[in-house]
Formats: sequence, structure tokens, C-alpha cells
Amino acid sequence: MTASDVLLQLDGVSMQYGHGETAITALAGVDLSVSRGELVAVMGASGSGKSTLLTVAGGLTPPTSGEVIVEGHWLSQLSARELATLRRRSLGFVFQDFNLIPSLTALENVSLPLELDGWSSKKAHHPARDALGIVELTDRAQHFPSDLSGGQQQRVAIARAVVGGRSLILADEPTGALDSMTGELVLRMLRSRVDAGAGGILVTHDARHAAWADRIVFLRDGRIVDESQPSTVSSLLSGLPA
Amino acid sequence: MSVRQSLLAILNQGPCYGYQLRAEFDRRTGSTWPLNVGQIYNTLDRLERDGLVQKADIDADGQNYVEITEAGRAEVADWLGSPVVRTMATRDELAIKLAIAVTLPGVDIARVIQVQRSATMRTLQELTRTKNATADPESSDQLAWLLVIDSLIFAAEAEARWLDHSESTLSRSRAAGLAAPLPLNTDVPKRGRPARAVQAGA
Ligand SMILES: Nc1ncnc2c1ncn2[C@@H]1O[C@H](COP(=O)(O)OP(=O)(O)O)[C@@H](O)[C@H]1O
Ligand SMILES: [Mg+2]
Repeated sequence: MTASDVLLQLDGVSMQYGHGETAITALAGVDLSVSRGELVAVMGASGSGKSTLLTVAGGLTPPTSGEVIVEGHWLSQLSARELATLRRRSLGFVFQDFNLIPSLTALENVSLPLELDGWSSKKAHHPARDALGIVELTDRAQHFPSDLSGGQQQRVAIARAVVGGRSLILADEPTGALDSMTGELVLRMLRSRVDAGAGGILVTHDARHAAWADRIVFLRDGRIVDESQPSTVSSLLSGLPA
Repeated sequence: MSVRQSLLAILNQGPCYGYQLRAEFDRRTGSTWPLNVGQIYNTLDRLERDGLVQKADIDADGQNYVEITEAGRAEVADWLGSPVVRTMATRDELAIKLAIAVTLPGVDIARVIQVQRSATMRTLQELTRTKNATADPESSDQLAWLLVIDSLIFAAEAEARWLDHSESTLSRSRAAGLAAPLPLNTDVPKRGRPARAVQAGA
């Protein structure tokens, strides 16, 4: 694996909220890397630091100590402007509650990150259409979020996260508000983006959904306590029907 | 156990010989619980003894066919119409291991849980991969296999959730100062059943 395959690296990342007596340590010395084609699931009890890990990994908040490296860029070395640009061009967030803008159509929502990056809306619509195609929602491009089901809204959010070739997807409980079958469809889309060369972190407390990942890490009190990755050869089932 | 009823249900489709029954059982359960031919013949002997099947023709290749009886058909209908009841006290290796471990001194039970959870998640990942690598079912044996693999997936998920829950239970009881080891009882038990034994099935 070459260095350029590593999309994200966390090196000894710690995060404290507040100061002194009342300080809360949300992350304590976390090392984690995500490569191209890799989906890493993060599991852990509520309050274990999962969301904090995503906001730090996505450069939304700087860690108290340690280093976050995205596509070879040390975030601590970037100016605020460079950081904002890197975030727009390399990272996509997906949240539990979809976070779509209600007054914009699906297509406009997906175009938005590109337009914020200086693209004309006419030019942005082209890759936005491609991204909607990936999540199989081409026919819903002109719909507003209120006209879409939860699963469809989350697929729009995934399109927005990957539009324009952004390669690192950070998803915080993306299936948390969806029923089991719909959640599985959303995972399938996420998985196929990663298989096509993106990388992702999937925060979830659902073991069945975490199992879609290549690697699963467990957080407890801000520390990675465990990791799981399947053996390459499945030893569980002796045969499949042809 | 359900092998008996499964074979009977297959025989309800028409007479079969031993190897054929084995193949039919495997095909319908995705080879998840392979049977050897000895088990098949043993089961057939018992079914015959109970009057649920009887010997039928021997074909040109010398295969001994077995066919279902009226009583056998009634048993199949009965099986399909009634629930599978899981006995309360089915021995669960993992539950026993954790129960014992939590009473022992010097055992890092949190570690025991972690090791198990990794293994359980690995199983779940492998099952999920296997399932995802499979196209939508196009025949009823593929559909049968999908049901089986989903059942394994949900069982592994339940185990992972139980482990998470055990971890919280443990840390709560620790916080309350409860998780002390259980020393050996010096009051040596008499022969026979302990007075306070829970009446768990065999
Ligand atoms: N903005 C914040 N200010 C203060 N404390 C916070 C903030 N965000 C999270 N925390 C605390 O940090 C810890 C980890 O929270 P979080 O990362 O949200 O965990 P999770 O997503 O696993 O539930 C918790 O104790 C939480 O209360
Ligand atoms: Mg959270």
C-alpha cells in the first residue's frame, strides 16, 4: 500500500472539551487510518467519542493534541482558508438526520458543495446529476426533500457527500433514522462508493450494519479498545447453492 | 430434533434413497448443517420403527427407496403447523463461560468480553460478505439459503448486543462494588441435588 492510498490518518489524537476540573476527555490518543477502498466502522456506547472522532477527522474542530492528516495534508499546518477548501474538495459528511436544505431540490442540494467551491450552478449540475445517478435517484432530481422518503433523503445526502469526486466519506449513524431494509439500501450505496475507490468511516451502534465494513473499531471512553477484521477466507459456510 | 422432521417432509414429496435424501437436505439448507449418510440411515431406521416411513422399491442400481406412510404425512403437517419451542435451559457455551468467569478472581472479564465481541463481529462480517456476494435469489433453494444466512446474521447480532449489554451491566455492578469473585464454598455439599438448584431442564 502506497502512502497515497491512505486517505485519512489520525495520529495520537486527543480531544478535550472544556478546561480544568470540568474538562471532558472525549478522545484519548486515538490512532486510526483509512485507505482507499476501505470502510471502517466505529462502534461504542453513547458518549464514547464516536461523533467527536468524526468532527476531528473532518477538520471541523482541531484536536487538543495529535495530528490529523487528510490526503497527505497535515490539518494543523493549513490556514483556515486552505482547510475550508480541503474540506469542500475531499470530505463528505453524512448525518443521521440527513441535513438537507429544505428549500433546495435534490439536485441543488447535491450541487451546493461545488457551488460553494466557486463552480457556476450550471457547471455544478453535471457532476451532481452523476452523483444522483450513483444513488439511483436520477428521477428525483427536481424533488424537494419533503417529497422524498427518509431513505431517499439519505441517498441524496450520500450523493452530496461524494459529488465531484470527493473521496472521504464520514457518516455518523447514517442508518439511525431508517428502518432495517432502507438502512441496508443506504449501506449498499455507501459500500459501493467505497468499493469504487473512496474511503469512509461509518459510525453506528448497529452490529449488523457495522459488519458491512472492512474493519471495525470499538471506542470506550475515547480510546480504541478493540479491532476486528474478517479473515480473508470464509470458514463459516461450507457451500453455497450455485 | 428437526433433522427427523426435515427428512420426513422431503419424503412427503416422493420416495427417496439415503444419498438422495442427504443431497436434498443439503440443497435446501445451503449445506450449512451437513449430515453424514450414517445419520440419514439411523434416522430412517427410527422413522421406520415408529411407522412413519416404510421400505419401497429397489431400483436397477440397487438403491433402496423409502416412502412416507399416512402417519408420516400427519407428522409432517403437525411439524409445519406447530412452533419450534426453544428449551429455556439450552446450554449456551458463551453464557456459561461468562457466568463462570465473572465469579473467578483475577479474570479480566472486560477483556473476555472484548475478545468474544471481536470474534462475534468477525463472524458477522464474514456472513455479511457472503450474503452480499450473493445475487438476489432466483430459485427456491437460493431463497432457502438466504433465510438460513439471515438467521445466522441475526443470531450473531443478538450475541454482539448481549455482549455490549453485559459490558454495561458489569461496569455498573463494579461501580456499585458488586463484582467480587466468588470464593469456594467451604460448606462441602452433600451428595444429591443441592438444595437451591434451579430446576433447569436436562
Ligand atoms: N461540544 C461539546 N462540549 C462538551 N462536551 C462534549 C461536546 N461534544 C461531546 N461532548 C462530550 O464528549 C463525550 C463524547 O461525546 P460524543 O463524541 O458525542 O460521543 P458519541 O458520539 O459516541 O455518543 C461525551 O461525554 C459528551 O458529553
Ligand atoms: Mg454521536
